[in-house]
Amino acid sequence: MADRIIIDADGMPYRELNVRIREAVAAGTQVIDLHGVRGQRFIGNAVEGDVSINILGVPGQDLGAFMRGPHIRVQGNAQDGVGNTMDGGHIVIDGMAGDVLGYAMRDGSILVRGDVGYRVGIHMKSYLDRVPVIVVGGKAGDFLGEYMAGGVIVLLGMDTGKPEAPVAGRSLGTGMHGGVIYIRGEVPEHLLGPGLALSPLDEEDGAALARHVQAYADAFGKDAAEILGASFVKVHPRSHRPYGNMYVGTN
Amino acid sequence: MKAPKDFWKFDKDIAGCGVFGVIDRKRNLIPGTMPIDAMCTMHDRGNGLGGGFAAYGIYPDRADDYAFHIMGDDAAALERAETYLAGLFDVHHAEPIPTRDVLTVKNPPLVRRYFLAPKAVRPQWQHMGESDYVVGAVMHVNTRIPGAFVFSSGKNMGTFKGVGYPEDIADFFRLDEYRAYMWTAHNRFPTNTPGWWGGAHPFTLLDWAIVHNGEISSYGINRRYLCEHDYECTLMTDTEVVAYLLDLMVRKHGLSKRMASWVFAPPFWDEVDRMPEEQRKAFTALRAVYGAALLNGPFAILVTDSRGMMGLNDRVKLRPLVVAEKDTMTFMSSEESSIREVCRDLDRVWAPKAGEPVIVELEA
Repeated sequence: MADRIIIDADGMPYRELNVRIREAVAAGTQVIDLHGVRGQRFIGNAVEGDVSINILGVPGQDLGAFMRGPHIRVQGNAQDGVGNTMDGGHIVIDGMAGDVLGYAMRDGSILVRGDVGYRVGIHMKSYLDRVPVIVVGGKAGDFLGEYMAGGVIVLLGMDTGKPEAPVAGRSLGTGMHGGVIYIRGEVPEHLLGPGLALSPLDEEDGAALARHVQAYADAFGKDAAEILGASFVKVHPRSHRPYGNMYVGTN
Repeated sequence: MKAPKDFWKFDKDIAGCGVFGVIDRKRNLIPGTMPIDAMCTMHDRGNGLGGGFAAYGIYPDRADDYAFHIMGDDAAALERAETYLAGLFDVHHAEPIPTRDVLTVKNPPLVRRYFLAPKAVRPQWQHMGESDYVVGAVMHVNTRIPGAFVFSSGKNMGTFKGVGYPEDIADFFRLDEYRAYMWTAHNRFPTNTPGWWGGAHPFTLLDWAIVHNGEISSYGINRRYLCEHDYECTLMTDTEVVAYLLDLMVRKHGLSKRMASWVFAPPFWDEVDRMPEEQRKAFTALRAVYGAALLNGPFAILVTDSRGMMGLNDRVKLRPLVVAEKDTMTFMSSEESSIREVCRDLDRVWAPKAGEPVIVELEA
């Protein structure tokens, strides 16, 4: 099997495309180029290993769901459900992305050059050294980081098609009880969900942020120093386990 | 619920309705193949229990007549409808809607179209405006003539819908042979109500046509409110209320589409509280007067009439909607891939904010 193959996905049903991808991965292919992708769902779902998948076009719903390891790069926009319950690997979207990106993500990273939709990074979680990361270069819709239990979201608000909109939507981080959201620039207080605080970054935050911004800058040929030149705030829960007593008293 | 025994080969039906619309602001004609190809890309969003299209500018030679599309269970049902309508209207022309036999479209109803003008001397409803007269006739057929339904009643436009995937319904109605300056299309995945011919989208009244992805939890309240204003819901699908609410608010009460969208998807009360006083009063009044027309539940809708197209999401965006522009054309769709299918190179693509309509008006 070749180290690199090209699959012309133009008009190909999603099942056939995903069978082809799985066969290529099973045969040890290192790089898979998908051309003419338009709406095929489930690309890279539950694929393991460090294969690279380059996508030309607009992939369909649930890109990279459950996957553990692959590097996916999309030259174009992505639709809804990118990285659903993703377990590892990297997704880079050179464009904008839709709703529910990174839902219940457990590890790996998703970098989006531009804007994202609603409910991004909801239910993200982390465990020990498994810390999922989402970096968004543009702006986000409502419910960013809702019910977040762990991981990192970085929102830059720079590469955006919505210059007049606030950097994030309403109900920002509602129900959040772990993890952190770093946001570049001002965040109107009324957008925050209940029980959350906006704080300046400490040294540890600064180091983490610099690392994630560098990854974003490298992926899209941007200047990390320029991005980091502005002020950032972090969104975090005010207390440890704020919902611990919501249903059953534990202390 | 336990997983089925043969779960390992169980294919879950992962669908969720799909909508697509395209409008050319300068009224250049777009072939039916464009919305058909776009819907093919979103084939998997439906399950074959409903597909439909609305097309504007397809009857230029009879542009002054009301084009009634009627489906009948049998010839007798159509005849009952025809006899009734002939009493109210001059029938300028009547013919079967041209169809093809399509293997996957099973047991279609009989479909006919009538080009009608209200009689100069009306037998009833003399006090009504002409549009209300037409609405009265549509309501009468749909509620009181067994086995017959009017599924399109506008001027120089028509809807085509039925049980099947959209591409099959398009094939059945030979939509590849039509050209229109504005199209909407729908792929159905019925959730709460039966997949039957009248219940497919678009839903129409006069020149209104609505396609919808989502479900309208406030259907009961909306329906009772409409009933007070002589609109009767008969098609067993929640989306029907959107067509009638728009007719009531925009045509009869004179609200703009922007105002109607604030009724459908109002700002949250905490947002209203932060508004300047005049604005706060206006939004409070709008909610007080039209509370029963609020659409609760998830929706992405495309609304069309003779003036243009509007796309609107519910206020927390529980359904997808993407808008794109290319020269004089604007596209609105559940998925960007369907737009790219029919137009690879776009000037601009964006996802509108929840509750904020995208309104495109036709020029001249």
